[in-house]
Amino acid sequence: MPKTNLTEQKISNYSFPTEASWAIKSRKSALNWLETTGLPNRRDEYWKNTDPSYFNTINKPERNKIDYVENSIFENIDRINIVFEDGYFNASKSDELLLKGIEIDTISVANQKDNHWSANYFGVLEKSSQVPVERTLASLNTAFAVEGLAIRITDKIDKPISITYLHTNDTSDVLIHHVIKIEKNASVTILESGGVASRSNCLMEVFVCENAEFDHVRVQGRSHEKIAVTHLFANLLKDSSMKSFTLTVNGKSIRNEYVVDINGENSKAHLGGAAVGDRGFSQDDTIFVSHNNPNCESRQVFKKVLRNGAKGVFQGKILVKDGAQKTDGYQISQGLMLDDDSSFLAKPELEIYADDVICSHGSTCGEIDNAALFYLTSRGIPMAEAQDMLVLAFLNDAIEEISDESIRTIIGGRLKDWMVKRHKS
Amino acid sequence: MLYINNLNVELEDEKKKILNGVNLDINAGEVHAIMGPNGSGKSTLSYVLSGKDGYRVTEGSATFEGREILELSPDERASLGLFLAFQYPVEIPGVGNMTFLRTALNSQRKSRGVEELSAAEFLKIVREKAKNLKIDAEMLKRPVNVGFSGGEKKRNEILQMAMLEPKMCILDETDSGLDVDAMKLVAEGVNALRSKDRSFLVITHYQRLLDHIVPDVVHIMADGKIIKSGGADLALEVENNGYSDLLAEYN
Repeated sequence: MPKTNLTEQKISNYSFPTEASWAIKSRKSALNWLETTGLPNRRDEYWKNTDPSYFNTINKPERNKIDYVENSIFENIDRINIVFEDGYFNASKSDELLLKGIEIDTISVANQKDNHWSANYFGVLEKSSQVPVERTLASLNTAFAVEGLAIRITDKIDKPISITYLHTNDTSDVLIHHVIKIEKNASVTILESGGVASRSNCLMEVFVCENAEFDHVRVQGRSHEKIAVTHLFANLLKDSSMKSFTLTVNGKSIRNEYVVDINGENSKAHLGGAAVGDRGFSQDDTIFVSHNNPNCESRQVFKKVLRNGAKGVFQGKILVKDGAQKTDGYQISQGLMLDDDSSFLAKPELEIYADDVICSHGSTCGEIDNAALFYLTSRGIPMAEAQDMLVLAFLNDAIEEISDESIRTIIGGRLKDWMVKRHKS
Repeated sequence: MLYINNLNVELEDEKKKILNGVNLDINAGEVHAIMGPNGSGKSTLSYVLSGKDGYRVTEGSATFEGREILELSPDERASLGLFLAFQYPVEIPGVGNMTFLRTALNSQRKSRGVEELSAAEFLKIVREKAKNLKIDAEMLKRPVNVGFSGGEKKRNEILQMAMLEPKMCILDETDSGLDVDAMKLVAEGVNALRSKDRSFLVITHYQRLLDHIVPDVVHIMADGKIIKSGGADLALEVENNGYSDLLAEYN
């Protein structure tokens, strides 16, 4: 199908919201970009390795096996829980949102108000990230998403805000758009977990102000039929920091895009991901980190364990602009194949215009080290357990990117579960 | 304890014969040493006994405590009480030394039907044994063998041996890469484990390790088989005259 027809069809699937004029303006701008640029297709450089038709299609997603267990992965963490059900905010299942240092509205409420704080932020990072690479699935989200949260943090918040996405309708197809602003000297941890929907397009715009901190841990995947595209857009002002870690366990096609703009000195952005999957699993991390100011640090640590025909994709770029001296940029992507049927496609990129920087990138693809395996088994550790130890060891560098130890333990536990199931399948 | 009968082994990938009929009987409590020139098959013998893949047994058998072991997996052999101290201990980033030791010990206990050790019990034992081998707490916390010096790696092997308390210990060139003091320390660790129920097979190039770990029997291996056996003085003979006389005698 020609690109424009497909885009038109997709657009006609949604109805345009009626809201405050600022919101309409942002949405129209995104819609206009989508109409003129069109949805992604395989000929686009950034979609060479992942089939966008899973996200583009107007057909209902296949029926998903729904797994309620997933909803509780962060259950034992002392947290503020906010619940979405099949993409819709569920107030009765959520904790009280009136808390000191936190302002939370749903975007459907925020976008109706003429003078809501988010008026200057909704769709802004999505729009600025459309060059040099078009991200029209994000435009689609800005144009039509009526669910999501506008979160403003004005203090240091100890309890993580946990967004739980319940998945109860087995053919649900959702758009969710969050706008988060962390004011000067404030800090927050956002956790995301749950099945979301059979097909989902989730977007998060995060504004990290001066000396503010943003910590983000997300768990996605689970069912083998899951289709998800996510965009994390972050803008960092001086002396600020962000950390984002994603665990992906299974799924049909999952694409996570990150665009991080470092717009102040002495800021840090750490991105990490661990993905494990088998069968038709296709998981893609596409990352663009832009150093626009001197003395900043960025890290990308992405590891994928692939089995039984699974595919892992990594496209990570560090751009160091002219004048961004003393940049410390690091990127590693690694694939571990548990058999000969899987594939790992990596495209690490550095583009540097400053002359006094430290930037490194590495990408490897391999199998379990037989010498290590023999060493472990020769000490009495059974083969399956020894393999699991080495798989976890492989993922360890990525998991270490999570700052909170109890969350690290939870993530490690989920990975062990996956491995135990793997031995049974 | 360990009886090897006419063991013939070739490399799996190429039809290259490495062992040509090894016969060796090791009784409980005995220390046997195997010496021999490079490429004589000493390390291969240790790998085949501990179950490394890449080798094909074409003939012969190896029984350990009355069980044929050549068909068993490496972990099964380990649980029966077989232990190989590696010539080149493997570095495993991401796996903590303590986690590794505890998993190994508890896997073996589980397979023998013995109750697993709790974290506290384990810690107490490992600290005591590590102290004897001058292994500090920092080394135990690090990933397995990562960033260890040659001497530290070998001491770590002996620590594993002390923790796992195997019945049959095979030491594959444990003296290689060690200075005199480190070798003494390792030898002391081995000697501390000598008992009437535990046997050793010490593979070495040099006689000097055998000054510290005095063997009951010394075997000379060449061309994939044992060509001569004798007492501890046979090692001295090799040290003084090299292998050429023995090889000439054999040919």
